[in-house]
Order: sequence, then structure tokens, then C-alpha cells
Amino acid sequence: MEVKSEASGPKATRVKTEPRVNSENQTYKLRAKNIDVFYGDFQAIHDISLDIIDNSITAFIGPSGCGKSTFLRLFNRMNDYIDGFSMNGQILLEGQDIYDPSVNVEELRKKIGMVFQKPNPFPKSIFENVAYGLRIQGIKDKDFIEQRVVESLKQATLFEEVKDDLDKQALALSGGQQQRLCMARTLAVKPSVLLMDEPTSALDPISTAKIEELITELKKKYTIAIVTHNMQQAGRISDNTVFLYMGKLVEYGDTQKIFTNPEKDRTQNYITGRFG
Amino acid sequence: MANLDNEIKLLKDNILELMFLVKNQLEKGSKALDQFDEELAHEITANEKRVDSLELTIDRDCENLLALHNPVAVDLRFVMASFKINSDLERIGDHANSIAKYILDFGKAMDKETIQKMKVDEMYAVSLKMMSNIFNAFITEDTKLARKVFKLDKRLNEINREVSGLTTELIQEDVEQTQNYLYLFSIVRKLERVGDLTKNIAEELIFYIEAKVLKHQKMKSQNNNSSDS
Repeated sequence: MEVKSEASGPKATRVKTEPRVNSENQTYKLRAKNIDVFYGDFQAIHDISLDIIDNSITAFIGPSGCGKSTFLRLFNRMNDYIDGFSMNGQILLEGQDIYDPSVNVEELRKKIGMVFQKPNPFPKSIFENVAYGLRIQGIKDKDFIEQRVVESLKQATLFEEVKDDLDKQALALSGGQQQRLCMARTLAVKPSVLLMDEPTSALDPISTAKIEELITELKKKYTIAIVTHNMQQAGRISDNTVFLYMGKLVEYGDTQKIFTNPEKDRTQNYITGRFG
Repeated sequence: MANLDNEIKLLKDNILELMFLVKNQLEKGSKALDQFDEELAHEITANEKRVDSLELTIDRDCENLLALHNPVAVDLRFVMASFKINSDLERIGDHANSIAKYILDFGKAMDKETIQKMKVDEMYAVSLKMMSNIFNAFITEDTKLARKVFKLDKRLNEINREVSGLTTELIQEDVEQTQNYLYLFSIVRKLERVGDLTKNIAEELIFYIEAKVLKHQKMKSQNNNSSDS
């Protein structure tokens, strides 16, 4: 569907935007090819193809209902649980089609972890929350589990705050700490991709800053895709930005370019708050 | 959003007001010199306070827009351009004020023939044309019009160079008129600076409208797409 341009600013001479590659060694971690997604008769995603570069942060922006979260959930097959979900196209993780019938979904989710909008720790101790993924994998070696829990809590920059209270109820932590705990829980199973669906929307500015710092740090080891409604956040932390509108890809490119001189009028109107 | 649009409109209106005021200051200077109108020269120096006050208002507008509205893309470029245009306009105002002070200091009418010989009238005509171009380019967001300023600035630079040698010759020919020549030469230098500042404004307008950076680029590429004024 083509929507009339709502540009109120002058027409800028725009150059085509491309995803930014930070080094020559980077490759495409995830590739989406001609993706259509349907919920029953409703088509939520229309023929989107895009590649996500490894060790980078890719932000998904767009108005509510544009398909950002649906698209993100494709990468760890979370949509499979939704009634009426069907799709066309391919999602490749390191060249492997993750929707191939031979793929073990649990194994896939070890590789692609996810953090949600609301922190969702289990009603267990801090230690057990982080150890959970390892335990369901059947790992019983206590020393190994303890070492991995500490390592993950350190990676999530939470260890110093909780090291004396690892047996404390996770639900007693603050919202920001709970979210970092959820990140530690995700990191404990050593994924290579992290999906984040508005991970800071329920947090105060200080907790948000800590999570953003953490995300930027995690980029060195992981490929990160984040859905956010916060334009400044997308600008601050991401290398590349994907703008979706009504299930279609409007623009995908270097974040700096998208936020200074976007190629499409619709992107400009959205990021400047003139629609959406 | 309506709020951001309102703030941007307010900023635009204030920049326009400052442009109009500064252009007026230059025009008055031209008349005051031509007719040795001391009252008009005093008016210019009195208006300098209005220029300064408007500059402070625009600075505050820009600061508020950045702090409270976090503008991006075209809005951010507009605020950045406005911030610099504001400073350039204030400096043009300063030059207009200095010229008014020269006229008052000299204390009598300057020789019209010398004014023409030293091309002060042409300098005024060209710099006022440049001001008109950026004024209209700002209103209509017409970068073609803004680009015409580059060629005009080149003319001001040429006159400035010519007059530099000419002043030495004139002084050698008639030492008694030295003060007259030096005052006129100072006015030429001020108008040459006005040209540079107006050119900066044109570059900022192009940055805002086309997202192109022209600063520190050679004349040839600046004049790209421009035609004679």
C-alpha cells in the first residue's frame, strides 16, 4: 500500500542507505529472504528481505502494529505458537534454514536468545534463574553451573550488585536488575544471537542507560537485533536501523544516515514524529 | 509533534526577523554614506542592541529545541543551520554598525567621486543583492537562489583586491585625503566580510535543505547548478 508522502520539510537530496559493516571480517549472521507472514487471513509481513550483520546491533523501528515484533520473533520461531501463523520465505542462520523440518527448535533457541519488554524472571532464586537454561539442558556439574552463572551475571553487569545474595528471590530485585538478570539467563546458554523486544521500555533512565551500555558491550560477542519505540535509543546504540511500516520494509541502513538524512520521506516523517 | 512544528516555525520567524533587520541596517548604511545622513547612522548604532537581543533569543530557541524536542534529520539540520546563521547575521549587524561609526567619526560627507572610484557603491549593491537572495532563499527554500550568492561573493572579493592597490595609489597622489581613503577602504573591507558571512549563510541553507556540506569546498563545486544572478 502506498501512502501519500506527508513530508513537511524540504526535499533533501538523499543517497541510498546501506547497512554499515564495521570491519571487513563481518558476515551476515541472519538472512531473511522474501518473508511473508500471515495470522489467519491477515498478512502481517509483506515480502521482506534483509540481512543482519554479525557482531552488530540492528534496531527495528516503526509504529505500533507495523510488524517489528512479528519479524523479530521469526528469528527464534516464537511465532510458531501463535494460532493461525503461517509464513513464506526463508530465514537463514549462518546459512542454515531455521524453518527446515529437520531443525530442532530447542537447539535453535539456545543459539538465539530473547529478552522481552517486561522483565520475566522465574519465581526462583537469582542463582537458579541463571542456571535454569543449563539445568534443562541436562547439565548437572555443579562447578560448571556455578562458574557459568557467575560468568553470565558478570557479563550482564549484575554480579557486583547481587554476589552476596545469589539465593535471594529474583522477584525482589528492581526492574532494571530483573532485566539484567533475564539477560544473564539468556547469556548462560551461550547464544550467538540476542533478540530484544523493547528491553528498556519498562525501565527508568538509569536502568535504561545500564542496559544500553550492556547491549553495546555485548555486541563484541553477539549479534543483536532490538525492537524499540525509543528513537533516541535506536540512534544511540544501533549500527543499522530497519524501518517497517504496515508490514513492509521502508528503509534499512546505517543508523547515522537514517537519523540524519533518511532516503525515504516516510522514514523522515516517522523519526521526526510527524506520523506514527 | 504540533509542538515541535510550532517551535520550528517560531525559530524560522525569528531568523527572518533578524535577516530583515540586518539587511535594513546595511541599506541604511548605504544611504547614510551616500547622503551623509548622521541621523540614519545613529539609527543604525541604536538598532545594534535589537540585533544583539534577537541573536540571544534565537540562541535560546535553538537550545530549547535541542534540549526539549530532540530533533532529528531535517529538523536537526534546521536547528544546526539556524544556530550558525544566527551568529553570521549578528556579525553582519556588527559590520553595519562599524560602518555607521566610521561615517559618524569622519564627521562630514565623503567625496562621491572617490566613493565611486573605490567602488563602495558597487560593494553595497552586491552585498545587498546577496542579502536579498538569502532572504528569499530562506523563505522559499530555494537552493538555486542561495547558490547565486557564491558568484556575487567572488565579485566582492575582486573589488576588495582591486581597491587595496588603488587606495595606496590614491594616497600617494593626494596625501591630504589619506583619512578619507582609509575610511572608505575600511568600509570596503567590512563589506567584503559581509559577503563572506552571507556566503556562509547560503552554505548553511543548502546544508539544511539538501543535506549537503559545502563548507571548505572550492568555488567550482559550490557553483554547481547555479547560474548568473
